[in-house]
Amino acid sequence: MFSISRSTALRQARTSLRQSQATTVPHVSSLARLLSSLAVLEQRDGKLNTSSLSAVTAAQRLGGSVTGFLAGSSVKAVAEEAAKVKGLEKIIYVENGAYDKGLPENFAPLLVENIKKGGFTHILAGNSAFGKNVMPRAAAILDTQQISDITGIESEDTFTRPIYAGNAILTVQSTDDIKIITLRQTSFAPAETEGGSAEISEGVDPKAESPTEWLSEDLAKSDRPELATATRVVSGGRGLKSKEEFDRLMPPLADALGAAIGASRAAVDSGFADNSLQVGQTGKNVAPQLYLCAGISGAIQHLAGMKDSKVIAAINKDADAPIFQVADVGLVGDLFDKVPELTEKLKA
Amino acid sequence: MSGLRILVPIKRVIDYAVKPRVNKTNTAIETNGVKHSMNPFDELSVEEAVRIREKNAAKVEDILAFSAGPAKAQDVLRTAMAMGADRGVHVLVEDGVEGGELEPLGVAKMLRKIVDEEKRNLVILGKQSISDDSAQTGQMLAGLLNWPQATQAAKVEMGADDMVTVTREVDGGVETVKMKLPMVITTDLRLNEPRYASLPNIMKAKKKPLVKKTLEEMGVDVGRRLKTIKIAEPPARKGGDKVEDVDGMIKKLKELGAI
Ligand SMILES: Cc1cc2nc3c(=O)[nH]c(=O)nc-3n(C[C@H](O)[C@H](O)[C@H](O)COP(=O)(O)OP(=O)(O)OC[C@H]3O[C@@H](n4cnc5c(N)ncnc54)[C@H](O)[C@@H]3O)c2cc1C
Repeated sequence: MFSISRSTALRQARTSLRQSQATTVPHVSSLARLLSSLAVLEQRDGKLNTSSLSAVTAAQRLGGSVTGFLAGSSVKAVAEEAAKVKGLEKIIYVENGAYDKGLPENFAPLLVENIKKGGFTHILAGNSAFGKNVMPRAAAILDTQQISDITGIESEDTFTRPIYAGNAILTVQSTDDIKIITLRQTSFAPAETEGGSAEISEGVDPKAESPTEWLSEDLAKSDRPELATATRVVSGGRGLKSKEEFDRLMPPLADALGAAIGASRAAVDSGFADNSLQVGQTGKNVAPQLYLCAGISGAIQHLAGMKDSKVIAAINKDADAPIFQVADVGLVGDLFDKVPELTEKLKA
Repeated sequence: MSGLRILVPIKRVIDYAVKPRVNKTNTAIETNGVKHSMNPFDELSVEEAVRIREKNAAKVEDILAFSAGPAKAQDVLRTAMAMGADRGVHVLVEDGVEGGELEPLGVAKMLRKIVDEEKRNLVILGKQSISDDSAQTGQMLAGLLNWPQATQAAKVEMGADDMVTVTREVDGGVETVKMKLPMVITTDLRLNEPRYASLPNIMKAKKKPLVKKTLEEMGVDVGRRLKTIKIAEPPARKGGDKVEDVDGMIKKLKELGAI
């Protein structure tokens, strides 16, 4: 089979490289010819989810050819949109409404069939709710150990990823023939949506039954920038005391900065803010130009989600709060005075 | 609803409140003398299993807790039993013996075997382990078994005819899905508030059955696929600069080009 011979060739190339230069990491481009990556793209209601284009960027860094994958109803139009994405050589699409909700029970077999048919060596998707749900299932079907939430690529088989809530960075080498990878979207800027001209073709549709029925969703609506991709984020914690105070103080500050709103788990658990706004190890990862937070202590689990922000600013009345150890700009004071004052002065 | 035979896999990890340290040789996280506990997400799984029994008294046949790991993993199994699990299975895997921690794929394969042997029809796992943060095992198990999966569950409702409705945390909000047993669920933080084990329950848990197995007895290939090249401290941030007042904050933010 084509896919097997291809991966065997890759493995041989890798082995011989290692033997000839035991101490150096093989250079990515020397293997690029043999690499072929599949970037799993997300779409919603006929619109391409541009943050999923981070997978294209990561695939390009690996070298080799990059194919985009899309599935859903009326997805042909999305495929045409995606064909313009810079760096994509091909688009494979499967038009079938059964894939609209990204249910893992049928989406994982769909991916697996298309991976096998195309002989791809690397499969990449964002570490989004969709990617987290579907990719490990596909990996298990392929008997492959997935590499989750990578933040760096050292070579075609070696990747870096944070572990222990970002308190350590693991460099790991995969020995699997097919690499299934999810990536941290803040570490790979989405590929440009113009300048490409990919060839579009239809993929295989195994039409696996989904035993799962999708019933409904309840998504927080907001005119503000999306938290995960915003260039500025203002974030509130338990120090805000109540939902009323959170709603009174944080939105005006966010508006003054054109920022998205985030929250700590304590704020979310206490009902001050929606679940989907939680920043941290078990919430969203953000890496904006500015992360400005008030009433957040800076627990390990919170820092995990915002430590890679360009500039961190914090307002907290406790001068010893751990957040100050990472903040570039720290202001010790009562947020109920400081936040309104800051908002007014920023507007002026 | 048919009888529920629940499996709850749990993992012993460094306690969430401890800041993990990388060892001197950059090969591992320092675990010697460091406080360990049950992975917080796994406490939610145990709690959920026990609540399902409390709400559907006749229907839960038993709750089996499972852990693969070093001898001390038995401590977290006892904790699970003190919280309400009926019995435990421990597969002894000494740290480092297999070249590091077990990987999700290997654990999923072990769990598949336990599911078959113990005729489980519901597996509840944590959505991720706070040590390696992979967030894969539940999905992999569901894939190996070809069962439906409901990950990042914030609410689980057991209905009639073996149908289960689960509200999941997704990007931007929640979604609700419905599926039929047998199935795999992974728990999110907001699913419930785990109970503390009371002293009498801790005493009782000591008498609950705990079966010990070796990896050989499990007969499952858990060989590692990923090789650890190194583990490093993340680049340190040079924070700590404080300003006097709001004006100082605005000035500094401008200097840094943040506004
Ligand atoms: C498994 C697990 C996963 C977790 N995942 C996450 C996660 O993803 N994200 C997350 O955020 N947390 C997470 N947590 C929780 C985390 O450990 C902390 O409990 C949480 O981050 C604390 O939130 P906080 O900083 O808002 O609250 P606190 O720690 O209570 O801090 C409140 C701060 O507000 C300050 N304050 C109070 N009043 C004022 C005032 N008037 N003016 C100025 N400052 C004031 C106080 O000085 C204090 O520093 C997780 C925990 C576990 C166990």
